[in-house]
Amino acid sequence: MTAPIALVDCNNFYASCELVFQPALRGKPVVVLSNNDGCVIARSNEAKALGIRMGEPWHICNARVDTQGVIVRSSNYTLYGDMSARVMQILADFTPDLEIYSIDEAFLDLTGFESHMEAHARALRKTVLQCTGIPASVGIAPTKTLAKLANRQAKKDPTSGGLAMLFTQEAQVDALARIELTDLWGIAGRLAERLIAVGIKTPLDLRNADAKFMRERFSVVMERMTLELQGTPCIALEDALPDKKSIMASRSFGRMVTEKRELEEAISTHTARAAEKMRRQHLATSRLVVFIHTNQFRPQDRQLFAEQTINLSVATADSGQLTTAALRALAAIFKTGHQYKKSGVMLLNLTPASRVQGTLFDCPDSPRTLARMKAIDALNKRYGRDTVSFATSGRKRGWMLRSEFISPRYTTNWDELLSV
Amino acid sequence: MENTRNIRIMQVEKRLTVSVPLMAWPVTCGFSSPADDYMDRPLDFNELLILNPASTFAVRVIGDSMIDAGIFPKDIAVIDRSVTAIDRHIILALLGGEFTIKRYRQKDGRVWLQPENPAYANILLTEDSEFEVWGVVTRSIRILL
Repeated sequence: MTAPIALVDCNNFYASCELVFQPALRGKPVVVLSNNDGCVIARSNEAKALGIRMGEPWHICNARVDTQGVIVRSSNYTLYGDMSARVMQILADFTPDLEIYSIDEAFLDLTGFESHMEAHARALRKTVLQCTGIPASVGIAPTKTLAKLANRQAKKDPTSGGLAMLFTQEAQVDALARIELTDLWGIAGRLAERLIAVGIKTPLDLRNADAKFMRERFSVVMERMTLELQGTPCIALEDALPDKKSIMASRSFGRMVTEKRELEEAISTHTARAAEKMRRQHLATSRLVVFIHTNQFRPQDRQLFAEQTINLSVATADSGQLTTAALRALAAIFKTGHQYKKSGVMLLNLTPASRVQGTLFDCPDSPRTLARMKAIDALNKRYGRDTVSFATSGRKRGWMLRSEFISPRYTTNWDELLSV
Repeated sequence: MENTRNIRIMQVEKRLTVSVPLMAWPVTCGFSSPADDYMDRPLDFNELLILNPASTFAVRVIGDSMIDAGIFPKDIAVIDRSVTAIDRHIILALLGGEFTIKRYRQKDGRVWLQPENPAYANILLTEDSEFEVWGVVTRSIRILL
């Protein structure tokens, strides 16, 4: 038998995080909105039952608050990130080999637990629920693709107790017969159309397809998917996330922004945030891209999508240097008379900070600079974001995101603890 | 970002000359400290307060129903969800959708919540009670100064 792989997926994760600390919301339709309160990105079971779709724009469905008693929350990523870390820490106790796949999903290699796999999986679910309050579903199968399918089955089937295993041919065929092509991991609408064009109309057809043919006709990725559906593992567990090729910080504005001053604040803020993320990974950058754009969904407005790259002769992790460069880039692309909707900063050409080479005229970041950055990061970590920030990022920040319905940061801020 | 034709490369040059320190760190001479071999880690209060980081939460106490157990308003109660409540544990409970801290009592087939303040009465739990243990209170932190 090949190594059993489990996919653990937290149910309605963002909504579940809200419910842990606001139990009065249990049994009610709860939705969580995306950044800037744009659209629905998580729904409690009750909200799903009302027919609220993922991605439903908030300005279209906000009438549901009055008509159907829908409870709404802005996304509270500080809280979700902390709860996610707790869940992953617990999962790590249940396997020597854990791949954190997303904020609410992880793959686990369950080799060695074969003799009592079901009991192990049930204990895992129970422990996650007891320790964090977050319900999760577990799917176990010989391959990642089938584990994903098993997880889906665990979620859909109310009699499963949140656990499904797909090891026999019969169970795999039965599960595949009940879904559409686009329900498979990694198959979106356009790819499904191409598959249908060659006569592969269902997931079962894909399982029965010839892997070599799929490679010739499509790609090595499709070949792997076919083999995985047949039960041959092709996608290995990744222990660590591969090193990031770029780091980005970008946000939509809470309202239209026209003033250069406000864009400067936003770009400075994004730069500081991206630089902080970068320093956390002990990296430095030698290429920075700044972009600003207007709202493409308002064709009546004058449109501008501009970006500017700046190359630095020596890689740096110094927020000060990066902010200076970013503001210079902004000055080069900013045009008055536009209503800006979004801005962002990307850091590219990332290298380990310890291996930065100086040039004849420029040194790598000095120990003093590094110490200053370390102190700023430590203060912001300890006392909350933006305790120390560059003056260019402003204080008023009228452009900040809308998050009208945000809940407290119960687990990361002393001033926002649950009161009991 | 899609429109890559807009990308222009702008070289940023620093016009200032920079002096490169030949020796960045002073080298210490002399004898090493006799305490070097006896260095220990300083006390870590996290060890004292948090047994299971993944399941430990902090809440702010506002009620006075547990003052005789040493839990006062404004205290920060440390809650460990990994502990399963048994008789006499102090718990953070959910009762009718509301949070409350009480002593959990379980004896002779009866279950009740016991306040630690004579001004409050015991709460007997029945099958109809909407009751749940949210976590077990393991520490209470009071800021004195």
